[in-house]
Amino acid sequence: MIEIKDLHKSYKMGTNTLHVLKGLNFTIAEGELVAIMGSSGSGKSTLLNILGMLDELDEGSYTLDGVPIKNLNETKAANYRNKFLGFVFQSFNLINYKNAMENVALPLYYQKVPRKEREERALKYLTQVGLKEWATHLPNELSGGQKQRVAIARAMAAEPKVLLADEPTGALDSTTSYEVMDLIQKINDDGNTILIVTHEEDIAHMCKRIVQLKDGIIVEDKFVEQVRASQYV
Amino acid sequence: MFSRDNWKEIFQTIQKNKLRTFLSGFTVALGILIFVVLFGFGNGLINTFDDFFGDDATNVLFVFTGRTTMPYKGYKSNRNIEFENSDLDDIEKNFPFYLDYISPRIIRQDTVKYKNESNSYSTWAVAPSHQFAEMTIMMKGRYLNELDIENKTKNAVIGRLVEQDLFGTKNSVGKYIDVGGVAYKVIGVFQDDGGDREERNIFIPYTTKQLLDKNTDKIDAIVLGFKPELGYAGAMAFDKGVDEFLREKKYISPQDQNGIFIRNVADQLKQNQQFARVLQMIVSFVAFGTIIAGIIGISNIMVFVVKERTKELGIRKALGATPKAVIGTILLESVFITTVSGFVGMLIGIAILSSMGEKLKDFFITNPFIDTGTAVFATVLLIIFGGIAGYIPARKAARIKPIVALRDE
Ligand SMILES: Nc1ncnc2c1ncn2[C@@H]1O[C@H](COP(=O)(O)OP(=O)(O)OP(=O)(O)O)[C@@H](O)[C@H]1O
Ligand SMILES: [Mg+2]
Repeated sequence: MIEIKDLHKSYKMGTNTLHVLKGLNFTIAEGELVAIMGSSGSGKSTLLNILGMLDELDEGSYTLDGVPIKNLNETKAANYRNKFLGFVFQSFNLINYKNAMENVALPLYYQKVPRKEREERALKYLTQVGLKEWATHLPNELSGGQKQRVAIARAMAAEPKVLLADEPTGALDSTTSYEVMDLIQKINDDGNTILIVTHEEDIAHMCKRIVQLKDGIIVEDKFVEQVRASQYV
Repeated sequence: MFSRDNWKEIFQTIQKNKLRTFLSGFTVALGILIFVVLFGFGNGLINTFDDFFGDDATNVLFVFTGRTTMPYKGYKSNRNIEFENSDLDDIEKNFPFYLDYISPRIIRQDTVKYKNESNSYSTWAVAPSHQFAEMTIMMKGRYLNELDIENKTKNAVIGRLVEQDLFGTKNSVGKYIDVGGVAYKVIGVFQDDGGDREERNIFIPYTTKQLLDKNTDKIDAIVLGFKPELGYAGAMAFDKGVDEFLREKKYISPQDQNGIFIRNVADQLKQNQQFARVLQMIVSFVAFGTIIAGIIGISNIMVFVVKERTKELGIRKALGATPKAVIGTILLESVFITTVSGFVGMLIGIAILSSMGEKLKDFFITNPFIDTGTAVFATVLLIIFGGIAGYIPARKAARIKPIVALRDE
């Protein structure tokens, strides 16, 4: 599903360049649930942003579902983002003047799904994350965990091939974090490929594979026994 | 681009961002409103100038006399110049090419009485052709005619307000009024667009007046109507010709500023129209300045709007919004707001203008108006430039990498 080869990325800051990713290689098959770990500044977000086509790589190759992601114009990139990728951010990134359902329906709007169907599907995913009753509430009327569940529903609504989550539990307390992880595991159970950036050991062990980043290279890449989050909920 | 979905999206952002909408809408509406009002006032100025002359014919020269200030051909200065009946004949004989009609004019203030009513009015002793010069409109009865002049009849044509003052609602035609101690028969009532003052005049045959004035043949002033087809150049030539002729006849130095005066309505009208046009140009210039200020205002607001929405646009891009969709979101909103508020401002402006009417007459603004074409043109102009103003920051926003936009706080 995802294949990266010799991936490099640096940031220019004035006269210095900061070499953040120094030649990464991995392959992720369909249906995997991968945790990307590493200390702060190790380049986890940078990697995820490149995989999510929010940022561009400098060197190497990236293939998503057999499609080489290279030199795409903004319109093409937007279409791929829309069709292939679902994003969950640490800070939720909900649109504050849209209610939960409208937020979830937004990717479908850009897929030109008719309004009625959009609302039906948005409601379906809200139900899945257990927030059907909150459909008409604005983000600022929701708790952090609820917001993140709305964000996950939104990421899932477009039925992407890959779900990318950058510290989805980073802003949440542990109970809420487990709820969110439970949800992510269930989505993964349905066969969705998911990548999660985290620096929490317990969260990482709720995934099936852990990729350890350090100073821009992969120092460890192992499959683990998945801990089910449902037991803590 | 204009699907129902897009409109829903726009209405939602407008609804949820009322202050922003209000600010940009207000800027646009105010810009158009000020433009419409200013432009209308410019037209009102022109109307006032037109009104000053509208009630009198413009193909007319008025010739007056005065006192000379220079000696000439053996005649001393400080000599009182007067016209006589023979001057009328001479002008008629010498300027057949130019002359359309000629009328003497002797104006006096007289006390006029009918039964118990009495009032002071201007009595104008004139010839029948004076009707053309003053554009006197008969309401009933008739104007003076040649027989009145020949027979020196004691007939009078009175203004609408004279009849109203003296006769109330009763008919005055055929009744006798006392003008300065002499009984005149009212033969007609007139109206005049020149206003109340002109409708308080009384016209009598100039020959009658002269007879009553100890059979004099003196005249105060001469009114000369020239053929309209002569145009402005002809009017100036006639003006010059009459001036030279009368100076020659009355022994007045060509350099003497006094002695004789000619008021050339065509010339004055032209000058005043030019003046009004310059004023209108200045006003239009200022008005277009407000349009430009409006454009700058909306540009600033759009830059601000895009800045404020950068993060939101980043989120939208992360969810799959294409650059086109991003630009469309911003542009449609701005064009929609400018269109609605632009036309609202325009309609309010037009409403203000039409409610003015004559209220600002003291400021030389009469019936200000703006033709719909100009108003719509200005509004559309602001909409187009508002669109362009929105397009530039929108395009910039569409180009920002989503990761950069998302980092925006
Ligand atoms: N746009 C940018 N411009 C310059 N430097 C950047 C930019 N984005 C990230 N960096 C730098 O690149 C390095 C990696 O950043 P990144 O956000 O990927 O780290 P991270 O592993 O996600 O850290 P954290 O756990 O704190 O989120 C950091 O040193 C950061 O300062
Ligand atoms: Mg990070």
